[in-house]
Amino acid sequence: MQYILPLWPAYPELFLLAMICVILVVDLFVSDDNRIVTYALSQAALAGCIAITFVTRGVEPTYTFSRMFVDDQMADVLKLLVYLGVMAIFVYSRAYIAARGMFRGEFFVLALTATLGMMIMISANHLLTLYLGLELLTLSLYALVALQRDSAVATEAAMKYFVLGALASGMLLYGMSMLYGATGTLEITQLSEVIFDGRSRAPVLIFALVFIVAGLGFKLGAVPFHMWVPDVYHGAPTAVTLFIGSAPKLAAFAFIIRLLVQGLGAEQLLAEWQQMLVLMAVLSLAIGNVTAIAQTNLKRMLAYSTISHMGFLLLGILSGDLGGYGSGMFYVMVYMLMNLGAFGMIMVLSRSGFEAENLDDFKGLNQRSPWCAFLMLLLMFSMAGVPPTVGFYAKLSVLQAVINAGYVWLAVVAVLFSLIGAFYYLRLVKLMYFDAPLDTAPISPGWDVRVLMSVNGLAMLVFGIAPGGLMALCLYSIQVSLSS
Amino acid sequence: MASIGLLSLAIWIPIASGVLVLFFNAERHAPAARMVALAGALIGFAVTWPLYLNFDAAASGFQFVELKPWIESFNVNYHLGIDGISLLLILLNSLTTVLVVIAGWEVIHTRVAQYLAAFLFLSGFMNGVFCALDALLFYVFFEATLIPMFIIIGIWGGPNRVYAAMKFFLYTLAGSLLSLVALIYLYNVSQQSFSLLDYYQLPLPFHAQVLIFLAFMMAFAVKVPMWPVHTWLPDAHVEAPTGGSVVLAAVMLKLGGYGFIRLSLPILPEASQALAGFVIALSLIAVVYIGLVALVQSDMKKLIAYSSISHMGFVTLGIFIFNAHGLEGAIIQMISHGFVSGALFLCVGVLYDRLHTRQIADYGGVVNTMPVFSALFMLFAMANAGLPGTSGFVGEVLVIMGAVKASFWYAALAATTLIFGAAYTLWMYKRVIFGAVANAQVAALKDINLREFLVLGLLAAAVLVMGIYPDPFAAVLHTSVNDLLTHVAQGKLRSP
Repeated sequence: MQYILPLWPAYPELFLLAMICVILVVDLFVSDDNRIVTYALSQAALAGCIAITFVTRGVEPTYTFSRMFVDDQMADVLKLLVYLGVMAIFVYSRAYIAARGMFRGEFFVLALTATLGMMIMISANHLLTLYLGLELLTLSLYALVALQRDSAVATEAAMKYFVLGALASGMLLYGMSMLYGATGTLEITQLSEVIFDGRSRAPVLIFALVFIVAGLGFKLGAVPFHMWVPDVYHGAPTAVTLFIGSAPKLAAFAFIIRLLVQGLGAEQLLAEWQQMLVLMAVLSLAIGNVTAIAQTNLKRMLAYSTISHMGFLLLGILSGDLGGYGSGMFYVMVYMLMNLGAFGMIMVLSRSGFEAENLDDFKGLNQRSPWCAFLMLLLMFSMAGVPPTVGFYAKLSVLQAVINAGYVWLAVVAVLFSLIGAFYYLRLVKLMYFDAPLDTAPISPGWDVRVLMSVNGLAMLVFGIAPGGLMALCLYSIQVSLSS
Repeated sequence: MASIGLLSLAIWIPIASGVLVLFFNAERHAPAARMVALAGALIGFAVTWPLYLNFDAAASGFQFVELKPWIESFNVNYHLGIDGISLLLILLNSLTTVLVVIAGWEVIHTRVAQYLAAFLFLSGFMNGVFCALDALLFYVFFEATLIPMFIIIGIWGGPNRVYAAMKFFLYTLAGSLLSLVALIYLYNVSQQSFSLLDYYQLPLPFHAQVLIFLAFMMAFAVKVPMWPVHTWLPDAHVEAPTGGSVVLAAVMLKLGGYGFIRLSLPILPEASQALAGFVIALSLIAVVYIGLVALVQSDMKKLIAYSSISHMGFVTLGIFIFNAHGLEGAIIQMISHGFVSGALFLCVGVLYDRLHTRQIADYGGVVNTMPVFSALFMLFAMANAGLPGTSGFVGEVLVIMGAVKASFWYAALAATTLIFGAAYTLWMYKRVIFGAVANAQVAALKDINLREFLVLGLLAAAVLVMGIYPDPFAAVLHTSVNDLLTHVAQGKLRSP
């Protein structure tokens, strides 16, 4: 019994699991007119998770389930953001999925199981836990993408996502099995000790590392493993795209930290995966930014922009020190905020039977709704990394880490590609502000969306003027979680 | 101390009033938006006066310093302070904002509140650049100016405005991103500091200085703009609305020259001296070649834009000959060019509002119908040509005097501007203003109204005062300029 105790570090996961079961059952008895009950229960479940995570937070890492599961500062911060992100996704999506016949229990249950998967990934201290969390997340996502089952594009996207995702999982598992063979352990903290002591043979480890990095690349959507990203982003219903593009990136970040940094961060391996990440980062920045220019569909454009943002995230991680990981964490948080806002805006402009997903649908937004246009302007400038928006500080902290690690050339490459990136973000601003509207339908989101959108957009500016707190939080939680 | 916060006020009053103006976004509230914007601009101008009056011209170092922690995990501070150089530019900027708000009074009819707010934001950001003593703060303000200007050109500009706005934004962003890398490098080698004052004392090896200098130069040369990265300016000027052109020419271009003075010279003294020849060569090309280009323009705004580039060549020349005459001349030239080019763009705006064309060929004999306007335009044209008694003369003659000390040939080439400048300006003036009345539209022109007279008259007074009695301007500069030159001459490498 002592092996699974204490139980409290896993309370949020257990609570969410219980709530998912409750929602699944309650939803059976709710008529379509009262589906709002399911929605409210889902939001309540997440709010409960926030409360529990907040109460059970601790500075020192606490292990449980035979050290398969850990609750540390980084996990708490990332989980809180995941909850908030998913809550925001539900708010943004409600009207959109209602208009498309997806406002059903399945959407919420699948989204919550995906959330549970992310939480497990974030708290994993064991390769199996890590893998289970990842599979729980991705299997739910495959189903979510295919939720609109009569849509050919969505089904195609789901198929593509599933096949490539399964391949990536296979690679990851293969890499993990080699790690087990080389070190005799699956537990992450032990793994690093064994490697650090030099008790393990290097060639197998590097072989394992290649597979693991490739698997991670798939999951992140970094070049050259990015092929699924544009199609899935484009094909999935926007609400699901919003989901895929936001909160899971936080979990992916935790995945990289747990596996590469905590597990394989020993010096002789660090240099190896650094090189791989350099290549992936540069290619992601290049291909993501250049290809985005050619897109006319906003969802595809944002997909390529995501690829380039992942390149930036990798830059932060490959610098290989605590400051770098902290900057990566800050970057991924900011990225999630920006992505929520941008896809949220697509859903605000969409209405029954009409998807505002082409760039042209944003033409003249400033005349239709100056406030929406202004918020989108902030989001775009933030993505481009122009001060005084928060995106600038995210890029700044990553660049600082990269230069500190001695990769000045990499920083120059990164800024040059973000210059190219600025072009397509600016083009959207141009469409909103300089062109005449093609579409004059009124934009009337509900009050909840309106408030959330405003908070989301203004956060770009608020954190841009005072980024210190959030930055310090990231650095601090990385420090206390990794230095032990 | 009563002086605490004056600089913050100079930055945040325009920005706050910009936010306020945005609340009057509806078309029917346009008159209210104008009044609020004017009030904001006037208060913003008023708070800069105590800066001038309480400024201690004899003291070296920075005055009115404000220092508060901003981003603690990065050791970034909200660190403000001014010397004589920034003082004059802040005054110029705040004055220009008032004029621009008045100049757009009856001319802008669409989205008035957004137009005015953009200018107020811009004014606040530029004051921020001139006050910042923290490198990151400097960079943030420097970049933030792009957003309102992009919007101004793109929404209220001419037919080709989108192209011009994009070009403007990407050109300037390209320059400044490299300087960001340089700043982060400095941050790392200076034990995690973003303070400019720390950078001034930071010993840097020569090769690092050269690389950083080139990175900074990318940012500032685009902004100045220097030949050959000047090509965005004519497009931006031609397409921008009158107010946009005025702010662009009068203040925004000065960010480049100011950057050289505040960052490049004191942080990188050896590299600045080693590469001075290169910068001077580019400056002289700008003065001579761009002067010739201006001669053949058929569009008035384009002509003034090229004349701006040529005049800014003087500024960079003055900065990089490293003597007191040159540097002071360069700063005076920046201020004077702010008045003169601003006024010239306003004059073109006055004509454009009436006839909706900027082609020189569409005008002729304007003096017959607009005598008052022609007289004022005459003064500004003369100032642009560098006539003694106008502000244009003071800066040019100081820079030429400085250049003679450095090399006779610099001075000889620079002095050609007195010929070319007179040629293109006066030839344009002659074709537009004198001669027989060209067509029926010109014959129907009405002379300037009180509002236009007020704006142009104010600038005319500034041009004359600065030309006849430049001492109040020069007096605040001496100490700052001498300190800077001593610092550059000392260098950083000699000390171990």
